[in-house]
Amino acid sequence: MRLILDIAITHIAGRGRQTLVAVLGVAVGVGFSIAMAALMQGGQDDFVRQLVDTMPHVDITDDQRTARRQPAEDAFGAVAISGLRPRDDRRGIINPTAATAWLASWIPGRFAVSLKTQGVIRYSSREVGAAIIGIDPGHEPGVSPIVEDFVQGSFNALAAGGNNVLVGDTMAKRLGTGFGDTITVVSSEGLTRSFKIVGLFHTGTTARDEGEAYVLLKNAQILSQRPNAINEIRIKLNDPNRAPAVAHRTEAELGYKSVAWQEANESILQALIIRNIIMYTVVGAIMLVAGFGIYNIISTITHEKARDIAIMKSLGFLEADMRRMFLLEGVAIGSAGSVLGWLLGFSMVYGLSLVRFEIAATGQEMTHLPIAWSVLHYVIASAFAIGSAAVAGYLPARRAARQNPVDIIRGAT
Amino acid sequence: MSVLIKTEKLTRVLPETIPVTLVKDVTLSIEEREFVAITGPSGSGKSSLLYLLGLLDRPTGGKLSIGGRDTDPMDERERAATRLSMLGFVFQFHFLLPEFTARENVEIPMRKLGRLARPAMYERAGELLASLGLAEHLDKRPDQLSGGQRQRVAVARSLANDPPLILADEPTGSLDSKSSEQVFAILENLVRERGKTVVAVTHDLDMAGRMDRRIHIVDGRIE
Repeated sequence: MRLILDIAITHIAGRGRQTLVAVLGVAVGVGFSIAMAALMQGGQDDFVRQLVDTMPHVDITDDQRTARRQPAEDAFGAVAISGLRPRDDRRGIINPTAATAWLASWIPGRFAVSLKTQGVIRYSSREVGAAIIGIDPGHEPGVSPIVEDFVQGSFNALAAGGNNVLVGDTMAKRLGTGFGDTITVVSSEGLTRSFKIVGLFHTGTTARDEGEAYVLLKNAQILSQRPNAINEIRIKLNDPNRAPAVAHRTEAELGYKSVAWQEANESILQALIIRNIIMYTVVGAIMLVAGFGIYNIISTITHEKARDIAIMKSLGFLEADMRRMFLLEGVAIGSAGSVLGWLLGFSMVYGLSLVRFEIAATGQEMTHLPIAWSVLHYVIASAFAIGSAAVAGYLPARRAARQNPVDIIRGAT
Repeated sequence: MSVLIKTEKLTRVLPETIPVTLVKDVTLSIEEREFVAITGPSGSGKSSLLYLLGLLDRPTGGKLSIGGRDTDPMDERERAATRLSMLGFVFQFHFLLPEFTARENVEIPMRKLGRLARPAMYERAGELLASLGLAEHLDKRPDQLSGGQRQRVAVARSLANDPPLILADEPTGSLDSKSSEQVFAILENLVRERGKTVVAVTHDLDMAGRMDRRIHIVDGRIE
């Protein structure tokens, strides 16, 4: 219906300043929504990426979700047994060779085994409790980002063999020790060994920098007196989103608790959803306000054009034509505002991406705002804008179109 | 000659708290190529009758047929379509769309009907306006035209879709005597030369006397 469109355009073009204000209202709404979405989404992506990068995607430990059935329970199925002490199980993942071979056959990604045990690190008279993690230097880099976080020494020094240890820089500071010094590690089994610090790492996660010490798997097995044992398999997948499925399969097969990163961080992911709801609510509110501007202008036009509506209806235009006309006017303002808003939003997001600042806590990481560039933000913002514009145009249009032409023609004569 | 408009006991009552009768039991028939005046004192219901005949208003009683078709069972869509193709209106005030030029105003009913191609509409609008002496004012907007010129544009617009029936509501009511004479001559010409039927409401008895027939309305009834 070109004719209706022509008339609609003439109407809004004839009210330059008012139209401009309405268009700008929508544009500012759309622009800010886009900028906000880019920041929120960027922050979220950054956060999730850090989670995904630092954590294993699937973590298999030697725990079980429920206590293992005891032989007595199987033997006396119908009888309730009380005061039964669980049978002693050998700790660690049973038959690690078979488990890793099975994993290697199908896991779409990489994995590394490790043995984590608690111990105390001692240097002269100082002591710090630490998680002693025995790793396989050949596989560890595939699952842990720690390799890139060394401030002194390097991860590869561990691969050379011998009694070497990697510790966090904060832990070294607390012990009063440094690169190249020899520290003593006491395990929970009571064994004591000396290790030379061949690397200091700084991951930015305090718990790690302060409480983790990496040694060769063999050394950890000696310290805990569990030859060939492992108690953790960490898996990094090519596609982190497949983690729940993989965890499900490994848990079903191996019988050990397998936790996907999504499960481990459920509460955080939930908080992110809430954040998104808040964001869309605010976007909706902004658009509602812009919608009022449109309602105002369309409603003014319908009042002013009451006579034109009457005359067009008398010429043979339908009520539906009139409604469509004002609806089009609203949508036209909404669309113009959207396009302008895209430009505004794009420049704001671009501007924000240039902002650089220092994180004061460490004083060394120069960083910038996390920004997500997504076409979806633009689509959603303008969908909101055009939607509210359509409603804002439709409401006064419906009322105006219903007018009886005779009432207006008679009133004019 | 055949009958174009036929009414039988046409009645229009406004449903107010105290019902107001605008038109009461009007029975008339108007033939093709007739030039008919509807006269009467102010408030007599002559305009209301015209609006009923023009399908702008719905009667509350009686029958109305236009071109042999009963209008009673028509829905809004059909009534609008009938107005568009069968009827042309000229009001006391020109009622042109102020943002559009004379030619565009004449094109609008044609574009709504959509029977002609765009270039043909453009052509026809120009011819219609030229035939009413407005050849030099085709691209002027209504506010650049005089009252008489605007009224002639309105007449041209009423002719846009070549309807057989033109309804005029005080077409000369707001014009000076010279322009009135011009517009009257045009309306007369529509009947005599172009074979249209013109029904005009007027309170100018001299003008009414020069038309073929005069229907006098008092208190909503034919007298």
